[in-house]
Amino acid sequence: MEDGLRVGEVIESCTTDFAAQCYELYQLPPLGSLVKAHWDSAAILYGVVYKAATAGIEPGRRPIARGQDEPNEDEVYRSNPQLLKLLRSEFSVLVIGYLEEGRIRQYLPPKPARIHGFVHLCTAAEVKQFSQSLDFLNFLLKSRLDIGVEELTAATLRQMGKVYGVEKHAFLVSAGKELATLLSADYNQLKTILKGLKNDAIA
Amino acid sequence: MMPSRENLETPRRLGVVIEGSLTHGIEVKLDGSASVEDMAVGRYVTIQGKKRRFFGMITDVSLGVVDQRINVTPADASEPFLAEVLSGISTYGTLHILPMLTIGTDVVGAEGPQPVKTVPSHFSAVNVASQGDVELVFGGEDEKKFYIGTPLDMETKICLDLAEFVKRSNGIFGKSGTGKTFLTRLLLIGMLQKSTAVNLVFDMHNEYGWEGRSESGYKVKALKQLFPERVAVFTLDEESSRRRRVSTDAVVRLGYDDIEPEDIVLLRQTLNLTEPAVQATYQLARRFGDKKWIQACLNMENNEETQALLKNLNIHEATFGNLRRGLEAIRRLPFLSPTAQENPVERILKYLDSGMNVVLEFGRYTDLTAYILVANLLSRRIYNQYRERTEKALGEEVKPPRPLVITIEEAHKFLNPEVANQTIFGTIAREMRKYNVTLLVIDQRPSGIDEEVMSQIGTKITCLLDNERDIDSVLTGVSGKNELRSVLARLEAKQQVLIFGHAVPMPVVVRTREYGSAESYKSLFESNRLDSQRIEKEIQDLWG
Repeated sequence: MEDGLRVGEVIESCTTDFAAQCYELYQLPPLGSLVKAHWDSAAILYGVVYKAATAGIEPGRRPIARGQDEPNEDEVYRSNPQLLKLLRSEFSVLVIGYLEEGRIRQYLPPKPARIHGFVHLCTAAEVKQFSQSLDFLNFLLKSRLDIGVEELTAATLRQMGKVYGVEKHAFLVSAGKELATLLSADYNQLKTILKGLKNDAIA
Repeated sequence: MMPSRENLETPRRLGVVIEGSLTHGIEVKLDGSASVEDMAVGRYVTIQGKKRRFFGMITDVSLGVVDQRINVTPADASEPFLAEVLSGISTYGTLHILPMLTIGTDVVGAEGPQPVKTVPSHFSAVNVASQGDVELVFGGEDEKKFYIGTPLDMETKICLDLAEFVKRSNGIFGKSGTGKTFLTRLLLIGMLQKSTAVNLVFDMHNEYGWEGRSESGYKVKALKQLFPERVAVFTLDEESSRRRRVSTDAVVRLGYDDIEPEDIVLLRQTLNLTEPAVQATYQLARRFGDKKWIQACLNMENNEETQALLKNLNIHEATFGNLRRGLEAIRRLPFLSPTAQENPVERILKYLDSGMNVVLEFGRYTDLTAYILVANLLSRRIYNQYRERTEKALGEEVKPPRPLVITIEEAHKFLNPEVANQTIFGTIAREMRKYNVTLLVIDQRPSGIDEEVMSQIGTKITCLLDNERDIDSVLTGVSGKNELRSVLARLEAKQQVLIFGHAVPMPVVVRTREYGSAESYKSLFESNRLDSQRIEKEIQDLWG
């Protein structure tokens, strides 16, 4: 996805997380990517995508299979253009920090995101700047989500690692060490997360 | 040229202080970047506390984990990422440090090093000691300090304060083959150059006078070759010295009339004498006179006259037989004759008074009986002279005699608990420098030396020892004993020594300086203040 691309609009919001709808079906930001939103024009909220879903617009109506006679999946959509109106893609974001007075803080913001606010993917430079501090890891580990913190943490670090280029290995090692300190009481959880980073860490 | 590791500006950081006490030492957790395998017991570190800098030695290295479960499924070579992440955080190395001195808050400290009285605060940074730090603690080479070697992995010169060294008796210990002889040679040269003491060396294996041999067999120069105008070589065995082409200054001959009962005491074990036999010597000396008793005993035949005499003196026949056998063994020593023409003691004293060092070679007579007898006999008489003169100097306006250092090998034969109280060497060791005489004892079985004597030894220079009892005895009464133990047991077999005691501000593991090559001889002269002409000539002579 393009750097800094607008990926959605906030449709639900509270202090700890918000949900956003994509303008186009399936144009979802990857799991664990860093995105930003606002609570007013000056302040920026940062969060990581922890869930993405595509479902029917109406809560009660579930999609019906339509492709029995179609040769491939794309044909299903071509034959049923109304699908683009009946389905929507949404993603949920866990808030992990904000920018105020020029400094990035990695704790909960004073106010939640604005409904109908635009959600942008953070640029490579923004991701790098945000990840200079690893305090957000503690935050992530303490969150209670359906997805499971190990998965989310690993996904987040993998996404962040991408902007580091040749320094990716060093970044992942230092993130790993921070995790080792935080998870000194739970070695198994640490190992699970590190296993998710192993392949990306091959220098 | 400094090795690249020792960068004076940025000290190399090792880790932080996590635990510890003054009595048991400090525990340091190593940073992930410092590998446990780079650490070595015996190296120096500095600890930057909040108010002071501490100087200490690594005495143990260990591994730790935060969670025991890590040991259940260890990360091995197939998981390098995991191992790298864990290193320093979940798995870590710890150092055990013995802090010994505090040095000023900055390198150009206002006060010199002080003994340590407290511990650094939590999480103080621990760094590898820099050359500047080591120099600050040990001082540089000067007219009192003799360069003896370098610390592990450093090029700084460690110098012994020889003025302090000769104020007490000292010891050189180590199992055989660890280089005690080389070390002794170096120290004798050091004392020759830098202290006001003169040396009397009882050279059992002819290693110190003219030349010696290294383990690999090549010749090394000894005292007289290097300092011909300061050293005299005396010999017990003229023929042997001549064969080895040693230039001797005098031949020592002893007579039976020189041997007194006190000299026999020390020979009890080597001559297999019984206790009563030793006691009998006193009675016989009383009867026949100090000078004639041995000759009389040897002349006594197995007749009634003898029996009556023995009964009179209350000496059992078997006892006398035992004593007689012992005396025959002494009589067989070739350098003994019924009476000696001249007095070797007077001769030796003359040399010592004029500032000449004396090395007494034993030639072929390397058996213990000869060594013990001669060393004891001469030392006793020289000591008595010294005592007289020192006491005289206290009373009148006479100069006291020059401080004397007597070097003896196989010291446990002279200083074991059984005889330590009764012999001159035990007395000298205990009296410290009361009469200006001290000892330099060389031994491979320090556990054989009386504990009280050991505690009087001022500076101990120890090569590798592996016998538990020997290690224990050398470390008797030393603070930080348990920690130094592991350092001592891990010295390399050659050229590494642990020095502790009065002549050094703190225990130090030293790689001894080289001795035996032309450069090493040259460097011995360079540090001494001879006039340049003599240096030139001497160097030319050495290099031929």
